[in-house]
Amino acid sequence: MTRETLISLAIVLALLAIPLWATAAGETFYITLATRMAILALAAVGLNIALGLGGLVSFGHAAFFGIGGYAAGILASHAFNMEPLPFGLPGTNAMPVIWIVAIVASGLVALAIGAISLRTAGVYFIMITLAFAQMIFYFAISWPAYGGEDGLSIFVRNQFPGVNTLNGLSFFFVCFTLLIASLGLFSLLRASRFGAALQAARQNEQRLATVGIAPYRIRLAAFVISAMVTGLAGALFADLNRFVSPSMLSWHMSGELIVLIILGGVGRLAGPVAGAMLYVAFEYFLGGITERWQLFLGLLLLAVVLFARGGVVGLLAGKARHG
Amino acid sequence: MLLEVSGIETFYGASQALFGVDLSVAEGEVVALMGRNGMGKTTTIRSICRLNPPRKGRIAFAGRDIAGLRAFRVARLGIGLVPEGRRCFPNLTVRENLVAAARTGQWTLSRIEALFPRLAERRDQFASTLSGGEQQMLAIGRALMTNPRLLILDEATEGLAPVIRRDIWTSIRTLKAEGQSILVVDKTMAELLPVADRCTIIEKGRTAWTGIPAELTDAIRDRLLGV
Repeated sequence: MTRETLISLAIVLALLAIPLWATAAGETFYITLATRMAILALAAVGLNIALGLGGLVSFGHAAFFGIGGYAAGILASHAFNMEPLPFGLPGTNAMPVIWIVAIVASGLVALAIGAISLRTAGVYFIMITLAFAQMIFYFAISWPAYGGEDGLSIFVRNQFPGVNTLNGLSFFFVCFTLLIASLGLFSLLRASRFGAALQAARQNEQRLATVGIAPYRIRLAAFVISAMVTGLAGALFADLNRFVSPSMLSWHMSGELIVLIILGGVGRLAGPVAGAMLYVAFEYFLGGITERWQLFLGLLLLAVVLFARGGVVGLLAGKARHG
Repeated sequence: MLLEVSGIETFYGASQALFGVDLSVAEGEVVALMGRNGMGKTTTIRSICRLNPPRKGRIAFAGRDIAGLRAFRVARLGIGLVPEGRRCFPNLTVRENLVAAARTGQWTLSRIEALFPRLAERRDQFASTLSGGEQQMLAIGRALMTNPRLLILDEATEGLAPVIRRDIWTSIRTLKAEGQSILVVDKTMAELLPVADRCTIIEKGRTAWTGIPAELTDAIRDRLLGV
């Protein structure tokens, strides 16, 4: 077992320990906090596939996070009000169905956005992904059927067969399991031929072309997979807050996901988990002391970028593999 | 003919680098592409791989005109390039470098590792940590992993220690014995000529001479290859 594997395991176990401790201590609020960490980590694991492995700085991943959220919100509200969706399809409050819808919808939108954005590179790619996300953001704001600017409430948390999702700890385990699955997916991708080609594309496109691989297709596939994972996280986030609003689609959210990854370690397996834990802890503990907590987050980010380019994982596990 | 290049003219922006290069490689043949520095050897290779597509002339591979194809398509047709300067993917491991390039055929990871045992020893190391010679072996291995019908070696032994050069020439001879078609650019005549079935010399962006190594007289050498 390498040092990085051990560190990754420790980080994931630390996340698992929070709600267990909170349950024992009767501090149920911390279960919600840990669930928030797990969901943001899941969203960032998704972005880490594009950003960490493919070097694709997507500044529009909030679009997929929000689409996942709206998938949960819209399906649940139709089920709650017993109104059919267009084409007479029923709404649903079953999480597995909602997840599939969230994943498919995010994937399809990513396919369209990626097909256009990936023809550009560098700062243009950043700007074009941002532009697409903003289009979706303004669309959600001006869509009164689903709450427009005010957002959409989910009155009762959606159901998962055999699990009481209203129980905070149970819902945490649902999110945590999906996070572990996403980490498994990330490892598999990184170790596969696809992952090697994706990382190679980031290093040198022309060299990759001379071995017969089209960088564009590899990147598009990575972008779509990345969006699907982030979309799934969005559906869980909506269920956690029992509320969806356009803020999930805003560019702040995209920035937040990038910040999580940089804090934790770009391209590192447990980077997004460490980043999400640190971010949420900062938001909560410093946020309780001062409204200007983001100033301190900024300083921390500055320190990481200047002195610890591999993020928290890089700091603990040694030389950053990707940089 | 496996590869047939006729009258190609290639430009870098406004400046013309090739003024009419003719070249051919038959199935199973090893052709040496020679010429002094700056005469257009690498540009010819970049034109064939369509990294710098020519503006005029024709390149046919396995009977098919490759005009208009993107570089990755040309590679898929079966042209494997070992670029000048041992260009690997530095932040991938040796194994990842090889696996990323893999296409089905007789060349597999285990066969590459048998050809270059040093790569097997360094399998999980990052390419950036390899010595120059090992990186060159990796670059050749990566090109072979695509199972090319034609292998192109651009300055495969340049700047390497004599011991390593010998190893690489040995593997090139092994490849030739197995019937691999090769187009090779190199400066070490003593090694290159015994391996080559034919030679093509380019001068100032034009094919100046083509023939078998035995016909390469001192007069031609002095005129086209002397410094």
